[in-house]
Parts: sequence; C-alpha cells; structure tokens
Amino acid sequence: MSYKLPKYIPVERVEIDTIGVEERVARLNTRSIKKESKVEALKMALTMMDLTTLEGKDSEGKVKQLCYKAAHLHDVFPGLPTVAAICVYPTMVATAKKALGNAKINVAAVSTAFPSGQGPMSVKLDDTKFAVDNGADEIDMVISRGKFLAGEYSFVFDEIAAIKEACGKAHLKVILETGELETLDNVRLASDIAIAAGGDFIKTSTGKVQPAATLPVTLVMLEAIRDHYYKTGIKIGMKPAGGIAKSKLALQYLVMVKETLGIDWLNNELFRFGASSLANDVLMQLVKEQTGVYQSLDYFSKD
Amino acid sequence: MPRLEVLKTYKMYIGGQFPRTESARYYALADKKGNVIANICLGSRKDFRNAVEAARKAFGDWSGKTAYNRSQVIYRIAEMMEGRKSQFVNELVLQGLTPAKAAAEVSQAIDLIVYYAGWADKYQQIYSSVNPVASKHFNFSFPEPTGVVSIIGPETPSLLGLVDAVIPCITGGNSCIVLASETQPLGAVTFAEVLATSDLPGGVINIITGTRKELLAQYASHMDVNAIVYYGTDKAEIKAVQENATLNVKRAIIRSGIGTPGPELINDTLETKTTWHPVGY
Repeated sequence: MSYKLPKYIPVERVEIDTIGVEERVARLNTRSIKKESKVEALKMALTMMDLTTLEGKDSEGKVKQLCYKAAHLHDVFPGLPTVAAICVYPTMVATAKKALGNAKINVAAVSTAFPSGQGPMSVKLDDTKFAVDNGADEIDMVISRGKFLAGEYSFVFDEIAAIKEACGKAHLKVILETGELETLDNVRLASDIAIAAGGDFIKTSTGKVQPAATLPVTLVMLEAIRDHYYKTGIKIGMKPAGGIAKSKLALQYLVMVKETLGIDWLNNELFRFGASSLANDVLMQLVKEQTGVYQSLDYFSKD
Repeated sequence: MPRLEVLKTYKMYIGGQFPRTESARYYALADKKGNVIANICLGSRKDFRNAVEAARKAFGDWSGKTAYNRSQVIYRIAEMMEGRKSQFVNELVLQGLTPAKAAAEVSQAIDLIVYYAGWADKYQQIYSSVNPVASKHFNFSFPEPTGVVSIIGPETPSLLGLVDAVIPCITGGNSCIVLASETQPLGAVTFAEVLATSDLPGGVINIITGTRKELLAQYASHMDVNAIVYYGTDKAEIKAVQENATLNVKRAIIRSGIGTPGPELINDTLETKTTWHPVGY
C-alpha cells in the first residue's frame, strides 16, 4: 500500500476574534465590482460550481437531466463554460458518469453516512469505496460532529485519514458542517484537523443544516488554509456549500478568496461552490448584462 | 413646555417591509407655496427588481388562497383604512386638495375597496363558461390570475387612483408592483402602512416611489413581469410600454384614467384557461 496513514498529533488551537471576522467580512462586502469584471467573475463562478442534487427523491432521470444541464448551461448564450462537477449520492455515481460521457465534468459523491455521519466506520468505508468503484472523481465526506463536540479529536482525525485512504485517487473534500460546530473557534480547529488528516478540500456544510455556508465561517476556514500554506507550502481547496443562491453573494465569496488566499486559489482546482440554484441566478445575471433587461426563471431550464 | 414635532419618514413598501431606496436618493416634495413637506424616496431599477422578486414569491400563496378568503382580506384593508381616514385627508390637503375634495376622495377609495372585496368570489362566475363543442368533450373556460403585474399608477387622483389600480388586480389573485404618483406620493406611503396592518401577505402589493421617466422602461421590460397596467395619455410613454412589453409578450393594459368600477377591471389582469375533458368513452 502506497498511502501512509498520518498519525494524530494534537493540533494547536487558534482562537478566533469573532467581531474582527465579522468586520473584515463587512469591509470586503463593500468592494465595488465594475461591469466587465463582474461578467468575468460570474463566468468564473460557473466553472467553479458543483451542481448538486442530494434529495431522497433523486431518481436516475433527475440525475441525467442535471448532467445535461451541467454540460449545457444555457445554449442560447454562446461561449459559456461548463460547471466543475456534479454532486450526487453514491448510488447515482454510475448514472452520472455515464450521462456525462466525455464532458470534462467530474462526479463528486457524498459519502460516510451523509448528511449526519452517524454510522459505523465499516459502513462509511463501504460507502466511500462503493462511490470510488463506480467512478467518482471526488468524495465529499462528513465528519462526526458529535465526537468532535465531545472533544474526541483523535477519533475525528483517524476517521478522515481512513476515508482518505479509501478514496485512492479520488479527491477528498471534508465537510465540517459548521452550522453544528457552534463557535468559530471550533470551525478553525475542525479545519486544522481536517487539513492535517489529509483532506484535499475543506467544505462548510451539507446543505441539510441551517445555517449552512456563511461568509464569516468561510473566512475562518480560508485563514486555516492560508496558515497551512505558509507553514508547508501545500495548497488546500475550499468549498462553501448550502444557501449560496444569489450571484451577488457568489461574487462576495470570490472577493474574499482573492483577498485571503490570492489569485492562485481562483480556479476550480482549489475553489468550488456547492449549489443547486446558484447556476441559474448567475446565468440570469449574465443574460441581464448582455441584454440590459432583468430576467425570469421561466426562460432557464431547471436542470 | 414646547415639544419637537416627530416627522414621518416616507419610505417604500417591498415584500411587506419598509425599506428606503437602495440608491439612497430622494426628492423633495413641496406644497403649492414651495415649502418642503416631505422627502420622498427616489426609487431605482434595483428597488423595482427587488419588488418583482418579492411579488413573485408572494404570488403562489396569494393566488392559492380561496376566493372567499381573498375577499375577507381585501375587506380588512378597507377596515384599516377607515381607521386612518383623517391622516389620508390631511395628506391630500397638504398636497393641495381642498378639505372637502380630500374627504370625498378618501371615502370613495375606501368604498371602492369594499366594492371589490365583494367581487372577489363572484367575478369567476361571470367570466367562466361551459362551451358547446362538436366532440365528446366537456369543455369549459375559467379565469386565472396572470401572475406578477407591474402598474404605472395615475398621477391624480393620487389615492383613489392607486386603489383603482391595485385592488382589482389583487382581487383577481395577482401580485403587483405599483409606481405611486410622483407629484402626490404621500397617500401611497400611508396606504402601505394600512396594508402592513391588514391581513394582506407581504409582497402581494409593493409600492415604489420615484419618477416615471426613470422607471417606465424597467416596469415594461422586466422578463418576470406578466402584465403591465399603464395609466396616462402620453403617446411616447404608451409606445415605450407596448414595445417593451413584447419582449416576453406581457399583457399591456392602457388606461387613460380611472374608469367606472366593475369586474372588467378585474378581468383585465386575468387569463382564461380552457379545459377539454373527455366524456362518454
């Protein structure tokens, strides 16, 4: 076996100044973005999108439709990119893989008893291996928040490390479910543990818990990535997910990434949006910039 | 001891909230002698966009209510308005009407609301029909709300005109965004306060203050608006409304002024749906 499991070393706690984080976010949100930059940023946001469907009612038909949407965002608008990936449950990976064909779009699968993470380790490993065997390019795992809040950090660390091993070549995104972590201090600690345990990406939320992704939480996670980069030179990716439905908010995230981590992170290798309805809002804004007229969802395919 | 008077801030009404314009602009409203009586929000196209979003969100719930329930809610608006009659009269007087004319306009406006509250569960019978067809079908037509309606309200009478514009529209189950009278906007803002304290869900009626010149094209061109009602006689404006309405084939209803009350005004923003139901197979 080529992959060497990392050993848990207690990570140093970094305390977060909550008020400072909020002020920094508020300051960044006042940045004005001019029209040309906005259009480019919106197109960039499309290339960073993980188009997501994670419903109990998902069917093969729904996933096929979503895959078509991923490759054909809005065909009447020439020159649009495709999204980065489709994000589905493990049972839908094979369907998505087949539907996407040769399109350069990855398939990401949520695993480890998503969204609660309350399952035995054997189930979590099987879940992950099943998705990888079916061709998943990326795995979005959830951490055990209960164990984390109980202070069993080594358990959380070992779990992430074990899943990373099970992923093989697939990229691993670690979902912290920040809405359940209570404080920004915890968010930072969980980020540091996830990074140390081998996560390629850290991700805010499952989208099933409120609050999902927020700007302050994302800033704290971006700072964890930045500090890790300064220490080791290794670039970890970031994926805010859940509740990002508007273009304006997406642009605010991009500004924050640029200001915290720099231009190196402004691509879909290192930054993703997890979203289901954001794509259409971005498309509506792009068409609005082109035609000068506010758009209606009536004229954009749902999936 | 002398007391500092508390002046009212006149704001817009969007999605059940009272925001100032996002553009942070305002215009001064003066009485006949040139004294400033209020600063009014100078609404922007983004305010209008926000209002359309709110109206779209509110549409499903409002159009899904039973006709009887809509009737009760509209009647409640009249009740709330009756309680603030004197405020409406005062504002019309401030804007130049005589006290007698102002009182008459407010009473008429309240009565008009009661009138349309009565129609809410009755216009359906008038505009429905069972149609004779030459095949084995039970064929019937009935009216449905058009959706989100943008309204360029009349300049005068400012209050009665506003009621004439929005109440028939929402009686039919639509949600709307109305541009208040530019020269006499006070009543519209107070009317918004009446709406907020009645049982009308937020977003069903949205009220923007500002200028026709700036907002007319936006009202007519927005792709998520299904019909536009225009009050006025300016040929260039009518042409602009009709041309912009073609973008998404929205219905354009042109009214030269307030007309005779009647179900026709409700029907203006209704769409007739016809169903062919097979029978006898």
